[in-house]
Amino acid sequence: MHYGFLTIYWRDMIRFLRFKTLLISSLIQPALWMAFFGIAMSANFDRLGASIPPIPGVPEVQYLTYMAAGVIAMTVLFTSLFGGIVLLFDKNWGLMREIMASPLPRDQIIFGIALSGMTKSFIQVIIVMVFGLLIGVTFFAGYSIGHTVVALLGIMLFVGMFSIGFLFFSAAISISMETPEGLQGIITLLTMPIFFASNALYPVEAFPPVLQAISTVNPLSQLVNGVRYFAIGDNFTTMGIHYVYTTAEILLSFTILVIFAVAMFGVAWWRFKKAVVT
Amino acid sequence: MSTSIIEVKDLEHQYGDFKAVDGISFTVGKGEIFSFLGPNGAGKSTAINVLITLLKLQKGEASIAGYDVRTEPEKVRESIGIVFQEVTLDRDMTAWEILEFHGRLYGMTRSDRKERIQEILELVKLEEKKDTFVKKLSGGMKRRLEIGRGLMTRPIVLFLDEPTIGLDPQTRMRMWDYIKAVNEEGTTIFLTTHYMDEADNLSDRISIIDHGKIIASGKPWELKNALGQDLIYLETSDNSKTRAIISDLVSVSGVTDKGKGILITTNDDGTKVLPLLIEEIRNSGISVITVNLKKPSMDDVFVHFTGRELRDDKPEKISIAFGRR
Ligand SMILES: Nc1ncnc2c1ncn2[C@@H]1O[C@H](COP(=O)(O)OP(=O)(O)O)[C@@H](O)[C@H]1O
Ligand SMILES: [Mg+2]
Repeated sequence: MHYGFLTIYWRDMIRFLRFKTLLISSLIQPALWMAFFGIAMSANFDRLGASIPPIPGVPEVQYLTYMAAGVIAMTVLFTSLFGGIVLLFDKNWGLMREIMASPLPRDQIIFGIALSGMTKSFIQVIIVMVFGLLIGVTFFAGYSIGHTVVALLGIMLFVGMFSIGFLFFSAAISISMETPEGLQGIITLLTMPIFFASNALYPVEAFPPVLQAISTVNPLSQLVNGVRYFAIGDNFTTMGIHYVYTTAEILLSFTILVIFAVAMFGVAWWRFKKAVVT
Repeated sequence: MSTSIIEVKDLEHQYGDFKAVDGISFTVGKGEIFSFLGPNGAGKSTAINVLITLLKLQKGEASIAGYDVRTEPEKVRESIGIVFQEVTLDRDMTAWEILEFHGRLYGMTRSDRKERIQEILELVKLEEKKDTFVKKLSGGMKRRLEIGRGLMTRPIVLFLDEPTIGLDPQTRMRMWDYIKAVNEEGTTIFLTTHYMDEADNLSDRISIIDHGKIIASGKPWELKNALGQDLIYLETSDNSKTRAIISDLVSVSGVTDKGKGILITTNDDGTKVLPLLIEEIRNSGISVITVNLKKPSMDDVFVHFTGRELRDDKPEKISIAFGRR
């Protein structure tokens, strides 16, 4: 086993810790979503659900808690999509040449960037979750300490697998692009459909069929499923809609994320093999 | 195995339809300092990029330290150190971090890295700047750090692409001493430059490269000797008549027009030839207006082989240099 990816990881983490503005700015967006959209819409949606009689024995969660899972997923999506941009900067500043001319195998660059991007996602998820809990998100309600730990590990497993897939994708695009503007353009073009054609903010039941189909395979929906399953539970209602997650459904969601990550690694591997950096 | 460290045969490289390197062949011996001398756009960096495996070897053969550039790129990478033409240091890392990163990239062990970084920092006199961010280092310090980095893995060959570009004259001179010192420790050096004095001062052997082709190769003195022993510049009242008179003399190897006068290359010691020349010319009733005697410089060599002057400060050359990125 080659450990060269740790070199790439080490350097990227130095930069991340050195430039705290990056971390802080990446946290402002999720905080705003939760504080404004979440709390404001919570009042609306929860009133909507109030007209439907509760199902006995099934816990009812607030919209804020429901959408917090979506906001966490969105944060990971943004961070991961932009995770590869360091490669583009390195390329444009000529720093990539040192790496490309070294004996380090190219797949190690991909792994290193994926690992550091994943670490950044973990840090952000924890901060966003703590912030959510502070403003009234009821994650892990009624969980024992052991259950909470398992739930956290489950969430991180989903977050990790999801972010790796998008980091591979981001690395592939970054190594192929000439300018950060190009990458930004592609990312902006992609985030909107990925975000809105998912179950992050609202139930997909009300979507038109095509959108519903997209949402069902959308990796972001899989991550949201995983986070809700572990943080809220496998049986709850929100806005009058009854959610039940079976173990099989959750395993399927995770499998989709694994397939996505493997496919994206393939794309990244292909782009890196073709890349010429001088 | 022969003692040549770099062997290149009929190397070509094309960007689209444009041939940047057009069939070059040369060898570099163990322990040599070998230079590519040529103007901006001659194809020097392209040739280096092919040799260090950043660009694909399209046509021709090349081997470094016995490894084939085409089939054993990993082995080549392990055997070489590189200092690129443009600065390739992360401005937001410290000198120590730059070296640590490099050592890790090349798979050096922790204890090796620790020892070697110390040695390198001493060698390039940056011990005190160990924890300074690159953005706070001067141009010369950055270049020294890059050379140190290139040496960190004890390469068999060090590639230096325009090592003193953009440095002030004093720093350049110190850099030369430093390159010589590194070479004396046994590292073979391949450098490119568009400075005549640099090639002249540093190299054991030079290849003059222009438009992707090597147009002359040899030791600095050999190249200069191709121009004869000395150069004499004369302005007279009748230049064409002067040419006719002196071009048959045994001690004159060539005469060309230059500006308002003529340029004479000699076969013999110029200080002895010059009085004879002047006497001959005067005897023919022509008066001599200006005289200048000098040893041929690399600039003269360049003009001789390419038929044009090599100047760094011509606007069109600068636009070529910056036009690339
Ligand atoms: N990536 C590239 N694409 C197209 N042309 C290039 C590229 N790199 C260099 N060239 C051209 O190839 C020629 C040689 O460039 P280069 O090798 O950088 O010369 P030098 O290093 O001697 O200044 C120049 O005319 C330059 O414009
Ligand atoms: Mg160059």
